[in-house]
Amino acid sequence: MSISVSGINKRFGDFVALDNVSLEVPTGRLTALLGPSGGGKSTLLRIIAGLEFPDTGSVEIEGVQATWLPPQKRSVGFVFQHYAAFKHMTVFKNVAFGLEIRRKPRAEIRQRVMELLELVHLEQFADRLPSQLSGGQRQRMALARALAVQPEVLLLDEPFGALDAQVRKELRDWLRNLHDEMNVTTIFVTHDQEEALEVSDEIVVINGGRIEQVGAPADLYDRPANDFVMKFLGPVTTLDGQLVRPHDIELLAAPGQEAIEATVTRLTRVGFEVRAELRTSKGGSEPWVQLTRIQAQELDLEPGRSVWLRTTHAPKTLAVS
Amino acid sequence: MAPGRRRSGSPLVRWVLRIIAVGYVLGLVALPVGTVVQHTFENGLEPVLESLRNPDFQAAARLGVFVAVISVLINTVFGIGISILIVRYRFPGRRLLNAIIDLPVSISPIVVGIALIFVYGTNGWFGPALNSMGIQIIFATPALVLATVIVALPLVVREVIPVLEEAGTEQDQAAQSLGANGFQRFVRITLPTIRWALAYGVVLSLARSLGEFGAVRVVSGSVAGVSQTPTLFVNDAYQEFGAQAEQDAFTAAFLLMCVAVLFIVVIALLRPKEQNQ
Ligand SMILES: Nc1ncnc2c1ncn2[C@@H]1O[C@H](COP(=O)(O)OP(=O)(O)OP(=O)(O)O)[C@@H](O)[C@H]1O
Ligand SMILES: [Mg+2]
Repeated sequence: MSISVSGINKRFGDFVALDNVSLEVPTGRLTALLGPSGGGKSTLLRIIAGLEFPDTGSVEIEGVQATWLPPQKRSVGFVFQHYAAFKHMTVFKNVAFGLEIRRKPRAEIRQRVMELLELVHLEQFADRLPSQLSGGQRQRMALARALAVQPEVLLLDEPFGALDAQVRKELRDWLRNLHDEMNVTTIFVTHDQEEALEVSDEIVVINGGRIEQVGAPADLYDRPANDFVMKFLGPVTTLDGQLVRPHDIELLAAPGQEAIEATVTRLTRVGFEVRAELRTSKGGSEPWVQLTRIQAQELDLEPGRSVWLRTTHAPKTLAVS
Repeated sequence: MAPGRRRSGSPLVRWVLRIIAVGYVLGLVALPVGTVVQHTFENGLEPVLESLRNPDFQAAARLGVFVAVISVLINTVFGIGISILIVRYRFPGRRLLNAIIDLPVSISPIVVGIALIFVYGTNGWFGPALNSMGIQIIFATPALVLATVIVALPLVVREVIPVLEEAGTEQDQAAQSLGANGFQRFVRITLPTIRWALAYGVVLSLARSLGEFGAVRVVSGSVAGVSQTPTLFVNDAYQEFGAQAEQDAFTAAFLLMCVAVLFIVVIALLRPKEQNQ
């Protein structure tokens, strides 16, 4: 196990930020820490980096007891949400920082920095100051800077949080490729479930200072351990008092086995998908269903029309609490 | 200025305001300054050069520069230390410390001087003990330095603190995670971050230290050639009788003014740099 966190407790005054958190992250994996704001994601990441210390519990990195090691003694690269660029240094100097601290020969520093800048597509910006870069470029610089010292572990705190959707998506794919290339054990924090599902090998859902579930993206999506995880990872709706994913409800034009009758109350088009809001005749629950445009056309859906519903997938529903 | 603002207000009001402002500055600053210049060069250059050759004046100038430089060095080191302490650490008494820093600005320098005598004077708290060890503070250079340090103390701190607060701790933490120890972080991150604010604070302190009169007056004894700083020299020479004494006073005053103008120019050059950061 590359990173092993066990029994971590952390309080800020009376507030419990982390409550007995244990986590194993295998070498070479890309792991997402996913959860709502204030859940304790940053706190956990900062404890792993040594920027914060736990009240109780321990942290091991590559088998070395690291709980009380200062950050400079851990082989950990940290990328901050707001980049934390060294404002008075050029891009080159920023990336070279860790190598200069390690007193590497100049020629070696130069070569390694230029390699990294190429990797993050910033080679032509080497002599600029961080203030002369765009947000996405600054973020890539911060990443290159962290990678320069060849850390065993790379920690990213909402690396794309401050960027617009387009750039975010680009960098996300790019991070995935970069990780596959470098193969450094990586944990990144996000509160965007799509980002976590798309990029990571494993997702850790963390809420209210506790870990709710750990697993592969598909597992978590299909077999959530509880309501919270189910709601957090994707869209949900209630049908017959059960939580269901709206794309797991099948609509039939005529009565069918185990299907229940409902009336369409409203149709909304969102891009290529259609959302149908319904009311069931018995029980009066009001689920909504996600369909493709083709499906909606074939069923000839319109408000007021009667349809029959059944859950397609083996239902992964849970009792609504 | 918004385009609409420019035209608002009648031309008459504008002219009246302008005349008042110009008259105010003329009366309060330009006129007195002009008088000093005029009196200095009233009898040509020769008397001025004569003043410059006065050994008491030369001693005062040397002492003044020495005291100012030492005080500024001390204030720079402690100013950086105190600023970092106040911005980065939470400890009991932090707010008190923060408030005490400003005290020298609000209390009269005379009070600072008298307080120093109470503590270090012949009959003060530490005075006798220090005296028996052969160390004299009051009426000697150490007292001049102490008084100047106290009076100029807030200038560096008040410049550096806002910049440190603005910069936050993230850059420092990033440097730490890249392997930099405390000293390396201070030299490579903190110092470059505060450099312009620091330079600005240092120039302000230097100007304040050279111009200090009140506190220094009380603790110096103003012995010509021994504990007389330029401002004391101006004061004493001015109160003496004789044309050359008066000339000495004006010459020294003129030089102090030139130095002040030089500092203002330096400060004007530094200000934009600080704001650019
Ligand atoms: N230094 C601190 N002092 C006091 N409380 C803190 C401190 N740091 C974090 N907290 C509290 O601990 C809780 C967890 O914070 P944390 O930053 O880990 O959340 P997060 O999951 O990263 O949230 P976000 O997605 O908003 O960044 C929050 O309620 C926060 O207010
Ligand atoms: Mg956070």
